[in-house]
Amino acid sequence: MSPVLSGVLQLTALVAALALVYRPLGDHMARVYSSEKHLRVEKWIYRSIGADPDAEMRWPAYLRGILAFSVAGVLFLYLLQRIQGVLPESLSLGFTAISPDQAFNTAASFVANTNWQSYSGEQAMGHAVQTLGLAVQNFVSAAVGMAVAVALVRGFARSRTGDLGNFWADLVRGTVRILLPISVIGALVLVACGAIQNFAGIHEIGQLTGGTQQVNGGAVASQEVIKELGTNGGGYFNANSAHPFENPNAFTNLFEIFLILVIPFALTRTFGKLVGNVKQGYAILATMGLIWLGFTALMMWTEFAHHGPALQAAGGAMEGKEQRFGIGGTAIFATSTTLTSTGAVDGFHSSLTGLGGGITLLGMMLGEIAPGGVGSGLYGMLVMAVIAVFIAGLMVGRTPEYLGKKIGTREIKLAACYILVTPTLVLGFTALSMALATPPDSILNSAENSVNGSGAHGFSEVLYAFTSGANNNGSAFGGLNANTQWYNTTIGLAMLLGRFVPMVFVLALAGSLAEQKPVPETAGTLRTEKPLFAGLLVGAILIITGLTYFPALALGPMAEGLS
Amino acid sequence: MSTTTPVRTAKEGPEETPPHGSEEHGRVSGGLFDPAQLLKSLPDAFRKLDPRVMVKSPVMFVVLIGSVVTTGLALKDPGSWFGWAITVWLWLTVLFANLAEAVAEGRGKAQADTLRKAKTDTVARRLTEDGRGEESVPGTELRVGDLVVCEAGDIIPGDGDVVEGVASVDESAITGESAPVIRESGGDRSAVTGGTKVLSDRIVIKITTKPGETFIDRMINLVEGAARQKTPNEIALNILLASLTIVFLLAVVTLQPFAIYAGAEQTMIVLAALLVCLIPTTIGALLSAIGIAGMDRLVQRNVLAMSGRAVEAAGDVSTLLLDKTGTITYGNRQASEFVPVKGVTAAEVADAAQLSSLADETPEGRSIVVLATGKYGLDERHQSELVGAEWVPFTAQTRMSGVDVDGRKVRKGATGSVIAWVEERGGTVADDARALTDQISQAGGTPLLVAREDEKGARVLGVIHLKDVVKEGMRERFEELRRMGIKTVMITGDNPLTAKAIAEEAGVDDFLAEATPEDKMALIKREQAGGKLVAMTGDGTNDAPALAQADVGVAMNTGTSAAKEAGNMVDLDSDPTKLIEIVEIGKQLLITRGALTTFSIANDVAKYFAIIPAMFAVAYPGLDKLNIMNLASPESAILSAVIFNALIIVALVPLALKGVRYRPMSADSMLRRNLLIYGLGGLISPFIGIKIIDLLISLIPGIG
Repeated sequence: MSPVLSGVLQLTALVAALALVYRPLGDHMARVYSSEKHLRVEKWIYRSIGADPDAEMRWPAYLRGILAFSVAGVLFLYLLQRIQGVLPESLSLGFTAISPDQAFNTAASFVANTNWQSYSGEQAMGHAVQTLGLAVQNFVSAAVGMAVAVALVRGFARSRTGDLGNFWADLVRGTVRILLPISVIGALVLVACGAIQNFAGIHEIGQLTGGTQQVNGGAVASQEVIKELGTNGGGYFNANSAHPFENPNAFTNLFEIFLILVIPFALTRTFGKLVGNVKQGYAILATMGLIWLGFTALMMWTEFAHHGPALQAAGGAMEGKEQRFGIGGTAIFATSTTLTSTGAVDGFHSSLTGLGGGITLLGMMLGEIAPGGVGSGLYGMLVMAVIAVFIAGLMVGRTPEYLGKKIGTREIKLAACYILVTPTLVLGFTALSMALATPPDSILNSAENSVNGSGAHGFSEVLYAFTSGANNNGSAFGGLNANTQWYNTTIGLAMLLGRFVPMVFVLALAGSLAEQKPVPETAGTLRTEKPLFAGLLVGAILIITGLTYFPALALGPMAEGLS
Repeated sequence: MSTTTPVRTAKEGPEETPPHGSEEHGRVSGGLFDPAQLLKSLPDAFRKLDPRVMVKSPVMFVVLIGSVVTTGLALKDPGSWFGWAITVWLWLTVLFANLAEAVAEGRGKAQADTLRKAKTDTVARRLTEDGRGEESVPGTELRVGDLVVCEAGDIIPGDGDVVEGVASVDESAITGESAPVIRESGGDRSAVTGGTKVLSDRIVIKITTKPGETFIDRMINLVEGAARQKTPNEIALNILLASLTIVFLLAVVTLQPFAIYAGAEQTMIVLAALLVCLIPTTIGALLSAIGIAGMDRLVQRNVLAMSGRAVEAAGDVSTLLLDKTGTITYGNRQASEFVPVKGVTAAEVADAAQLSSLADETPEGRSIVVLATGKYGLDERHQSELVGAEWVPFTAQTRMSGVDVDGRKVRKGATGSVIAWVEERGGTVADDARALTDQISQAGGTPLLVAREDEKGARVLGVIHLKDVVKEGMRERFEELRRMGIKTVMITGDNPLTAKAIAEEAGVDDFLAEATPEDKMALIKREQAGGKLVAMTGDGTNDAPALAQADVGVAMNTGTSAAKEAGNMVDLDSDPTKLIEIVEIGKQLLITRGALTTFSIANDVAKYFAIIPAMFAVAYPGLDKLNIMNLASPESAILSAVIFNALIIVALVPLALKGVRYRPMSADSMLRRNLLIYGLGGLISPFIGIKIIDLLISLIPGIG
């Protein structure tokens, strides 16, 4: 079978699998977030944290819940890493405490659902940090994202009230009823296919050429599944999903991509159900799907068609890719991980072709909304929809309205603030890093680059780092040495601000929408469930975000890819 | 029987003309754009360069700062033609934006001047406290509650209500309509406006507004734009544009460190040029002109909106309350059919009906004559042709008209009167006559009986079916409105049966029969509770609460001052059909904003393809592949983009002032159409425009 055909078949199988679970999972999640009943284990959790799951919250209260919970998460994770040195060896695997700046970076990273890793998993983090710290945040940071998305959807669905639901109930339910059950099944599948799951120590093994190598054991499969399912992306091992213990074969590779995409896509169904019009959900699904498919096709094209005799002989750009996944599998993984907030990688993104690297960058720059992170993808897309509705709505001669809610001054103000956050962080921090004296030294072969003027790839490394951080992706152009005080601190800030500042605007928007009375739909209303609107939304997303980053992309991946 | 006054009848002419043609008889000649206006507004455009004025438009303020910066840089390096060229075109960009606004305002100013002429200082003849004597006071010293006397030839000194007398008044100063109107005390036609002229008789007016706040003062303020406040959608759009400006500012400011790393440091002039090209200058420059022009379009149709908010709300209206009389129907019943009783032919009935109606001067009577000669093909007859005839004219007492001629007597009139007449003469009333009249009544019509007394005795020949005639084209109009998603509700004092019949014939979605002002109010509140925006027209004092409650309340100029005070628009032509046009203007205003925003943003793609390769192809030759327009040189590429960016503003001024073409259609087809024209057009046109400008620039010796 030709590699191209294999890639296309993998893509087809993936789409079919996603289509199969779309409705049942989406409906299940809609039930989870609208049900009145509490499971016994949930009641136990509510009692232990002292929360009343039936108390309705207005948006400031909802936000306070999120911030309190996340601050606690950052502090706990930071402390856990800082005390790693004094933990018993069975828990620490003998690793010492993490340095303050790296511990801050890692804590921010996992709480912000980014999972940027400036450390090497197998050489820094013991079982305690991995399972009690990182794995727990893998679940709850994802559940926080879903909670915010559901709060925004409630803002559209509810009228004449400021109530957006209860954060603690949404958080616990998302974890207990959605993420946990799927993770259990997913982990079993991964173990069955060869991923490891143990609490063993470090094995020293002899290498073929005579040297020795240390190989860690660990609860890998269970962490792997939530790493993908919760669009987290922080690998147990430094090689992430390219490591055979995390991702043993082509099937698990496809399965992991499936896990990455399944909740973000199915949430559009949940959205449709909750606003009482599944077609509205389909339109959002179509928008996400169109961008995702387009990016994947482009990625396959650039990776397969790359010129040069060595690459042609290999059937495409194979450097930095795993033989067992091939170009097709790696291309689908690369676009899926950057169009969501996952950031797991099954190949070396820095080794993608110039344009391929640009596609991963652009995927993140779009705001990770196609289909995006769990929850964050949906709310990011809905904010873009609000902006698209505003412009398009004017063009049909009415005050723009979306899902029966008027998009007025207040709504536009919040949506505009939302879209300002990440470009400010990405471009601001990247510019600072390029302008200051030392940060550029982290770039691979920086000295040579600046001499021979081929700095495009080096620039992409820095741009990628902040794009990944501010958009909560977590993947990296690996050439950059990001474990410096500057990058640990700035990327840490970018991750926290990039995660929580937009949430403030989203929740305020949700509150403002929920207070409105609904506008009845008439023939003069813009039909947001039609293909025309989905097409318009794709165009608005590509043009508005594409234009923001065009100059930066031109100096990085485009300069590299077009030469 | 006739319910209309002569004033109303005189108005029927303009009412029948299609609404889009109404510009022709408006006070202000057409909405067309005259290039000479650009030149005339130039001084104003320069005056608007004041930073305190400019700061109101964040987008253009950024361009102003860019122009100042490039001027400084050009002065520092006076030898560079490129720096000067960019500087000049950036200044032109700012100037063009100001020009657009100045032109829009200029048209208002011309109207204001006309109005001011009407506001010459008048001397009022104020009645003294005891009500006997008169004293002369300047019009500016009148107070609310003062009573003033106006006689033929006097200019009315201030707004007020007629409390005594009847007069014909020339209101052309305000309405542009030369035909005089009747103003009388009591009722719904009592309001007079300061600055208008009494043509006949004597009236006593009670002043209702303070000098300086009169209707004409407000009109001047409105058309001049002095009272203009930004509307909600305009504010929201401004926020979006400001945030896009910030995004692009960020993109350009951060570009320099990237460029330095790439070994391609850029000059400030190039960065300023890039910034100006990227921020949405097109819509930023035209936004306020669009708003002013929207108000202006209403003024041209003789509608005064008291706020821009009301114009915008008109676009959002989803329920229209329309008065039956005058809006949907012609306002008087007309004969539509002659129905014979058994044993009589229709032609016989028609003949008798015609004959008996020759002496009936009411509109209904005339319509019977017209029907007989038209549809029934009878010869035209005149009273003078019948020698020796004894005419019985229609009176409200007899409720019959007819003629006695050649020994025959024919009568037509109200059912009861005619039956009494026949029975008085020992004649017979055909059995089916009653059935026929009932049938007509049930269908919402009014039956009149036709009877004749001749050698065979007195008997009823048949029935004339009078009905409210729905204006032509109304059904199609309502169909359009329905496609636009607007529900029409007919308001009438008729009984439900009649109302239903007319509602069906006119094709309105709903009707409110036997409507009282309270019913109207309740209906509006009910609709609004469902989230709908309601528009209505009204003229009477009892309409005032409903006018105030409605989101768009259009008061007729003939109406009372209470009604005019309560509504948020006043129609100087007092044409209730205009409500539909007002809605269309509101929509057009929003569409124009959306379309030009889309166009402006879509433009940026081409500008990137022009400027980015020009900036960086030296450092990264691969980026020259982005130069798909194959522009001559980096300098000419950047300059072409800047020039295009400036010229497109001027090119779109006419569109901004006229508004984009609007036809009633569903939201879907409208979106498709506008996306195609302004989205796709906005994407493609700058590629062509920049290329052409570049070709021209490269022809200049020493540059290309």
